[in-house]
Amino acid sequence: MSFVDSLRCRECARTYPAEALHVCEYCFGPLEVAYDYDAIAAATTRETIGAGPLSLWRYANLLPVAGDGELGLRAGYTPLVRADRLAAELGLGELWVKNDTVNPTGSFKDRVVSVALARARELGFKVAACASTGNLANAVAAHAARAGMAHVVFIPSDLESGKVVTTAVYGDHLIAVNGSYDDVNRLCAELASEHPTWAFVNVNLRTYYAEGSKTLAFETVEQLGWQAPDHVVVPVASGSQLAKIAKGFHELAQVGLLDEEPEVRISGAQAEGCAPVATAFAEGTDYIRPVKPHTIAKSLAIGNPADGYYALDAVRSSGGALAAVTDEEILDGIRLLARTEGIFAETAGGVTIATLGKLAAAGVIRSDERVVAYVTGIGLKTLEPVAATARPTVTIEPTLEAFAAAVDLGDVE
Amino acid sequence: MSVKVRVPSQLRTLSGGASEVAVEGSTVGDVLAALDASHPGFRDRLFDESGKLRRFVNLFVADEDVRFLQGLDTAVADGQTLSIVPAVAGG
Repeated sequence: MSFVDSLRCRECARTYPAEALHVCEYCFGPLEVAYDYDAIAAATTRETIGAGPLSLWRYANLLPVAGDGELGLRAGYTPLVRADRLAAELGLGELWVKNDTVNPTGSFKDRVVSVALARARELGFKVAACASTGNLANAVAAHAARAGMAHVVFIPSDLESGKVVTTAVYGDHLIAVNGSYDDVNRLCAELASEHPTWAFVNVNLRTYYAEGSKTLAFETVEQLGWQAPDHVVVPVASGSQLAKIAKGFHELAQVGLLDEEPEVRISGAQAEGCAPVATAFAEGTDYIRPVKPHTIAKSLAIGNPADGYYALDAVRSSGGALAAVTDEEILDGIRLLARTEGIFAETAGGVTIATLGKLAAAGVIRSDERVVAYVTGIGLKTLEPVAATARPTVTIEPTLEAFAAAVDLGDVE
Repeated sequence: MSVKVRVPSQLRTLSGGASEVAVEGSTVGDVLAALDASHPGFRDRLFDESGKLRRFVNLFVADEDVRFLQGLDTAVADGQTLSIVPAVAGG
């Protein structure tokens, strides 16, 4: 059953029925799902969750859907990996990596899309749509195919070829738009007004979609033995994921799954080529000035972040920080995570790891903290940025002599 | 100077259901004032009590965000389109 009470405007608190609405008709503020937390608390224990499916649907009571939205693709419940070698390199103590690269289409977007399309099906939608930097496109196309829905997916035309192929393979319709992600987003916001029978997961279904990111916080706490971490590092694009992770930690205390309100410091990671939220943090302002993105971290290249204000609030009120890293630091971050922990992340993961290192070096993230870094997308879809430096050590003829002459593997013995 | 204003679904109760409204004006601010004059209510929705544009309202002239131009002082040419678009989440 659903424990949704209503939708509520985050700006002016007006309430709306739990339909395909995402914006307050009065002040344009984003709508947020409001739940009956007492009823959730009465129906939900650590044991009921532990007996649930090995996917994000084990937290169905805390999600805005009536039924179990599992399609068989199994999004969520990804590994939380202890990262001692990475911690040693960065001078940190207890460090964990939430490895969301192993979702069905390789990113955390499978979480938000699972929730959005579950709710879309309940509301009777037959067509799934989205504006995407790539990962969302993959997830919408795959989940729509699995659910037997049609899909219309919009991407910037300059996307990495891997993300184009891994969307197009699921069939029609993939629309490449000449422009930035912000242009695609603006187009889709206008199209959503003209096609109210389409479930644009990040437009008219956004209220439900965004809730899926809470499961990153739920799983982290459950996988730490029902203990909250001290500090988390989250990549920031629209800011939605970071704000929802903060909400997720809070809700666990609200429904009694944690005994007291956890004090989790939340830090955000951006690329220097698209850092509107980190810039506002550094300048100490509340105003987030939009930017024209120019970064290899295309999945984070949102110059006009809709939830930036809430991400900024969550970082500031939790005692965290925001930092931005260069393209070179991003590539170093990708290689460092791969070399130390065996996880190949996309550029957004490189942003997270590089920011983790930067904040650790600055003393913001401390070695006495239990730290979780969210690595939210796989590297296999975005080979271009790393291809130039990820090469064979040497190329040889297939003879023992050639190997002996060319290669000194003294350090491997 | 006639300018086309594209109205999002959330505000179409103010435009009698129309998705586009033609008004006069040579800057974004003028156009929105004219829109409120011909279809009362837009001002309250788009601006807060202190007269500032609400932070989740995006305005585009010829598909460019006016925050990259001159904001409410951005010039609007005859025949151009001003779009009012609510902010949406990313991905």
